[in-house]
Amino acid sequence: MSVLPLDDNMTQAPTRRARLVLGQADCASVTETVCAIVERRRPPAAWYVAFVISVAATGMFFVSIGYLIATGVGVLGNNAPVFWAWPIVNFVFWIGIGHAGTLISAILFLFRQRWRTGINRFAEAMTIFAVVCAGVFPAIHVGRAWVIYWLAPYPNQMSLWPNFRSPLLWDVFAVSTYGTVSLLFWYLGMIPDLATLRDRATTSWRRLLYGLFAVGWRGSASQWHRFEWAYLLLAALATPLVLSVHSVVSFDFAVAQVPGWHSTIFPPYFVAGAIFSGCAMVVMLAVPARSLFGLKSLITMRHLDNMNRLILGTSLLVGYAYGIEWFMAWYSGNPYEMFAHLNRALGPYAWAYWTMVACNVLVPQLFWLQTVRTSTWLMWPIAVLVNVGMWMERFVIIVASLGREYLPSGWGMYRPTVVDVMMLAGSFGLFFTLFLLFCRYLPMVAMAEVKGVLSHHNGNSDNP
Amino acid sequence: MTSENHQLDSAPVIGILAEFDGPEALKTAAAGLRATGYTRYEAFSPYPVHGIDAVLDRKRTILPKLVLLGGFGGCLVALLLQWWTNAVDYPYWISGKPLFSLPANIPVTFELIILFGALAAFGGGLVLSNLPEFYHPLSGCASFRQGTTDAFFLAVEVADPQFDEVGTTDLLRFLGAKAAEVYHRPQTRRDIPGALKAGAVLLLALALAPPLWIATYRYAPKSLPRIHPILDMDFQPKYLPQQYSPLFADTRDMRPPVAGVVAVDAPLGDLHLLAGEIDGKPAKTFPMPVTSEIMKRGQQRYGIYCATCHGLAGDGDGITSQLAFQREEPKWVRPLSLHSASVVEQPVGQLFKTVSDGVRAMPSYRVQIPVEDRWAILLYVRALQRSQNATITDVPEGLRKHLGAGTN
Repeated sequence: MSVLPLDDNMTQAPTRRARLVLGQADCASVTETVCAIVERRRPPAAWYVAFVISVAATGMFFVSIGYLIATGVGVLGNNAPVFWAWPIVNFVFWIGIGHAGTLISAILFLFRQRWRTGINRFAEAMTIFAVVCAGVFPAIHVGRAWVIYWLAPYPNQMSLWPNFRSPLLWDVFAVSTYGTVSLLFWYLGMIPDLATLRDRATTSWRRLLYGLFAVGWRGSASQWHRFEWAYLLLAALATPLVLSVHSVVSFDFAVAQVPGWHSTIFPPYFVAGAIFSGCAMVVMLAVPARSLFGLKSLITMRHLDNMNRLILGTSLLVGYAYGIEWFMAWYSGNPYEMFAHLNRALGPYAWAYWTMVACNVLVPQLFWLQTVRTSTWLMWPIAVLVNVGMWMERFVIIVASLGREYLPSGWGMYRPTVVDVMMLAGSFGLFFTLFLLFCRYLPMVAMAEVKGVLSHHNGNSDNP
Repeated sequence: MTSENHQLDSAPVIGILAEFDGPEALKTAAAGLRATGYTRYEAFSPYPVHGIDAVLDRKRTILPKLVLLGGFGGCLVALLLQWWTNAVDYPYWISGKPLFSLPANIPVTFELIILFGALAAFGGGLVLSNLPEFYHPLSGCASFRQGTTDAFFLAVEVADPQFDEVGTTDLLRFLGAKAAEVYHRPQTRRDIPGALKAGAVLLLALALAPPLWIATYRYAPKSLPRIHPILDMDFQPKYLPQQYSPLFADTRDMRPPVAGVVAVDAPLGDLHLLAGEIDGKPAKTFPMPVTSEIMKRGQQRYGIYCATCHGLAGDGDGITSQLAFQREEPKWVRPLSLHSASVVEQPVGQLFKTVSDGVRAMPSYRVQIPVEDRWAILLYVRALQRSQNATITDVPEGLRKHLGAGTN
């Protein structure tokens, strides 16, 4: 049997496990590689460039939010009959992005996919930052953002309670639970790595801050025992949770009677789309991050290849959902449902519909070719296009359906304003700002987990 | 052994720290310690060493049961919350849906089961591991800090009955330790700098000021209106009636109708009959021929609509007016006597407008009294006025003798 070279995990050798970490890696080198990113005096110049751009966009985000709150929702393009419009498109888009992070961290963990250890930390970070961006939009588009706490069931002097029979309230619970559990999962997994940073700290500030967040982790056997149980249980809880979140988001639409929304296929269709766009975002972030911070031995080409396979698979699911929507519209015999679909494909928003089909169904088919799956220069633009397509999907569902409901007298066209565009661009700024801060100050790869899978290198041991 | 530890040699011994080559060596050594009868020791590793729990004879944690409890708790809280708020405390109907129905409550119940379970997993995991624990006696050992990177340790506590500085060290070396060092209670502890503590206390104290100020401001009596930080829609940029507007030459925000505009309820047809007008001026004549039937009709209608306030004779002493004075109604104004000069001298068209549109406290009777009846009433009013201001010449000559001489 041939021995696989240290720097190759792409060769398909059915009798040998592919290497999870490339090169002559041991515990010390893994620690050194990951901690060096945090401990180096200055990040690479590209980091500064990206950070300045992202912070500027974040500033624009908050300025436009301030302008919106001070002036009123009239500054957005939302108007009769399209009251949801861009803010909700952005909300669904960002919530969807988060799903791939939980898929990688929780679902692949339960399936014992050990290769996930290379990318799970930053995919989870991506989840949390995406939920942060998503949470902003429903809150600011309600009109009176300063009373957004009325969504919470708390005893109040008005003697009112929220309506628990409304999907919009289910959404509040689903998204806030998702944000909380994702944060707990991410943080719990990071505690041992924060302890590593604390123990390597050379300044008292670092020791204090990393020590504070490492909560006194020492790596004793009893701590690891509880840690592994807690991690497993959180993964087991996060798995049904992530499937529920986008299902509940889809209820916002499916429970309503708008033609084009009132469909039983929405929950699985939304979840597949969410994982699809999330995996594309993972590729978008991983490709530059691994080369910028020298993580190519930990986040290997095989990881990217796996993500691209996931993108291809979920693209087929999403394409199937687009097709079955047409079938259901026709088979239902409901003229409004059929009209809603014809309107998507041939109406005033046809450009958005066909952009969506091209980006989500056609372009990812390139991933059937291994050369495309393993070329960072090809996979990156494809991932960007997938995210464009997934944003368009939500735009088509929301705007094209609301713009032409039952009565033609109630039809209307939606046009975004400058503030809408600034908010979408600004939310990307917030997302990338948080991500860049994470890259600079937190361990980007789950060191303790990678150390645990290093023993696979000899090719024969499956850690019992 | 580091120089740091040499300085502390005089401090009390609290244990021995032994480093091993890897997970397998660690497990073997731990098994050896246990076989020798040691009880107070702990293993440390940079990643979880599988199988060491069995070697150390550790019981399985109760964490899964805590998570199960958390899940049950979440389920209970969610169902009670939804039932009590939507079906008991604040029941309201929406599209005929039942006030409490399980299908509608599934999503929130599901999310709270997950949330409470996750909080139990996270909080329980920390608490059961005795975390947070910001001070650990071993953290003074420089070599121990390597433990979170790549070193595997066994630490035997001095409290172990079998503990012996030399004997235990030898045993650990025998069990494969690369290095074994006795460690002492650290005499100096790296405390948080005093300035940082003081700063934190100051910040906390300052952070209390705004909520205290707001609470005081909210509840203390005030002679001026309170601050109104959120205006909602209390002040809207729009024109209300009778306001100034710079947009128009006459600076009024209310615009007069364009020439030729006809109001919705404008009289169309015989203006004498419908509006009491002739050539835009109040008519002095009746629009219909005067007959005794109309006079009788007017008397009857007057009794129904007018006499309650104006009195049967038009003196302003109707029963409503009497009652109002009896009750000393502060806002009641006695109706003008129909016989006062200001009323008698008005043209009948003006009186018609008064009946139709109302005047001062008198409401409009346009809706209640048909136009012909209004004229009939006015005819009767004219008769009443004449009766109250009559002279002897008004009396037919043949009847004058029945009246006392000198009467008006």
